[in-house]
Amino acid sequence: MKVVLEHVTKRFPNRNKKIKEYVIAVNDFDFEIPDGKLIGLLGPSGCGKSTALNLICGLEKPTNGRIFFGDTDVTELPPQHRGVGLVFQNYALYPHLTVRENIRFPLENFRGDKKLSKEEMEAKVQEAARLVQIQELLDRRPNEMSGGQQQRVAIARALVKRPQVLLLDEPLSNLDARLRLQTREELKRIQLETGITTVFVTHDQEEAMSICDTIVVMKDGVLQQMGEPQKIYDEPVNLFVASFLGTPQINTFTGKIRDGKIYIGDSAVLDAKGHADEDVYVSIRPEGFVVDENGPLECEFLNREVMGRDTSYVARHPLFTGENIRAIIPSEVISTGKDGKIRFSLKPSKVHVFDENTTERIIL
Amino acid sequence: MKKNLTAWLCLLPAIAFLGVFMVYPLVDVLIYSFEEGYNFASQTFWGTGLYNYSYVLHDPYFIQALKNTFIIVIITVPLSTGIALLISLELSSIKALRDFFQTVYFLPYVTNTLAVGLVFMILFKKTAYSDGLVSLLIQLFGGPSVDFIDGPYWAKMFVMCFYTIWIVMPFKILILTSALASVNPMFYKAAEVDATPKWRIFYKITLPMISPMVFYLVITGFIGAFKAYSDEVALFGTDLNAAGMNTIVGYVYDMLYGNSGGYPSYASAAALILFAIVFTITTINLMVSRKTVYYQ
Repeated sequence: MKVVLEHVTKRFPNRNKKIKEYVIAVNDFDFEIPDGKLIGLLGPSGCGKSTALNLICGLEKPTNGRIFFGDTDVTELPPQHRGVGLVFQNYALYPHLTVRENIRFPLENFRGDKKLSKEEMEAKVQEAARLVQIQELLDRRPNEMSGGQQQRVAIARALVKRPQVLLLDEPLSNLDARLRLQTREELKRIQLETGITTVFVTHDQEEAMSICDTIVVMKDGVLQQMGEPQKIYDEPVNLFVASFLGTPQINTFTGKIRDGKIYIGDSAVLDAKGHADEDVYVSIRPEGFVVDENGPLECEFLNREVMGRDTSYVARHPLFTGENIRAIIPSEVISTGKDGKIRFSLKPSKVHVFDENTTERIIL
Repeated sequence: MKKNLTAWLCLLPAIAFLGVFMVYPLVDVLIYSFEEGYNFASQTFWGTGLYNYSYVLHDPYFIQALKNTFIIVIITVPLSTGIALLISLELSSIKALRDFFQTVYFLPYVTNTLAVGLVFMILFKKTAYSDGLVSLLIQLFGGPSVDFIDGPYWAKMFVMCFYTIWIVMPFKILILTSALASVNPMFYKAAEVDATPKWRIFYKITLPMISPMVFYLVITGFIGAFKAYSDEVALFGTDLNAAGMNTIVGYVYDMLYGNSGGYPSYASAAALILFAIVFTITTINLMVSRKTVYYQ
């Protein structure tokens, strides 16, 4: 089932009642989530991504705009009539019920001709449990299980009624690092196996990039960019998107375009033929640096952090906007610079230039 | 060793007080109850045995007290808990005027017992000048004049139960509203998304989650109702046997200090019978609770 948001806006009254201004959590969202895909809503905390999820779910009503599931307008429908499954950040498993009873809970709510017999319910519970691989835990209670297992139960409970859309609110944030890695693969497998359109909210760009078919990047309630993970990484529309995606973070310098060349300070680092002179931000992905004795960019060398597969070079530059520059260099290259300085040349495809005022990307 | 001594010294005041005011009287009551023909003045008795128990269990006043107590317990404990739960649910679902209603429901808790008694007199007592407000209302709808305080047994029992329920309600509402507030709203959201009907949310989620508090209220409710006495005095005066509204604790008191008083042996036997009843009921409660109460 595809999900369409048509100019959806959500405003909340300010919590401080003295302030008359509204808080805009979601500002004019207008996009389509294709059928059977895994979509990640990505953004820093407080950017409105959970609100966006609640709008799709029906727990919140939009101030403006309409929401469609397929061709059906569901804007006015309460969540129970939308056929959505929701997985909460802290799972919201009923602590007094066993895993089996938890998963069966949504099925027991079916009324009229949808009502299921005991055997049908058990079969569906078993199927959902198999899907998330918790068959042997069915008689436990939530507090007798690990976080990862609880998460699986929560997903099984959301899936058991065969929702048209599966919504996950920060599903991995309560898990430890190793479990997070495992569970996100699991999530992808379950999504592929069921083919249910899935929307999940996260502030972890790595999580979103690794399993999503499409990422929606948000900031302050405004949609920044939507697209495939690789495309967003390679062609960010603005400085925010470029900085938010990728670890280590993209390295941003203040620079300028003069006479068809990009300058950082006095060094011309790349060509920019046919572009008018202006002041810009020059952002370089960590993997965009090449150690080169004759490279144009000279930095103060601090140290090397060996990570095995590759090496992280930590350096400084007066025009760098952050604290330390991080360059990822293949481990076979070993250099410690000369006199405390190191020189880099840059891979053009890994360098993005942004307008200094609008922070929009300037396509070279 | 020295450490031990300090510990015992610290415990001494508590042990002394508990020993003098709790343990000794308890043992004493047990002994009294088996001493036959105990004379208060000469402090002598002529034998030991179960006669005191036999006497109490054959005393029509005790049987009446037992019957009254059981009726009060069976009617007031479930009703007061149920009504308190209903009111608490309503209180937690409204937004406007919640503080106002919370105050209204809590007022009986802080109101002077004498004032309450007075109000109940105005409502129910038949005097030379008035039939009582409730009786007047009944007459308005064509019913007979009823004297709730000196009238038929059922009328007196009605007032008694009404009063008891009303007086225990505020505390129960207070406990239950705070228990309801402690249920994580996330569970309600989850249930809402799964299209759970309202009654089912209450029965399957809310009730299990507040079950420890409900259970606490039921147990203390049972114990409190079995020990009922002062409320009866407030309504029907000190001669409860004459009014036919005596309770077990009332019987114990009468045996000790009433007009026919001076029988500590009978009083002790009656007190121990009450203890046995309360103990049995509480044990049953605990057994039931093991299956139905969920502790987080």
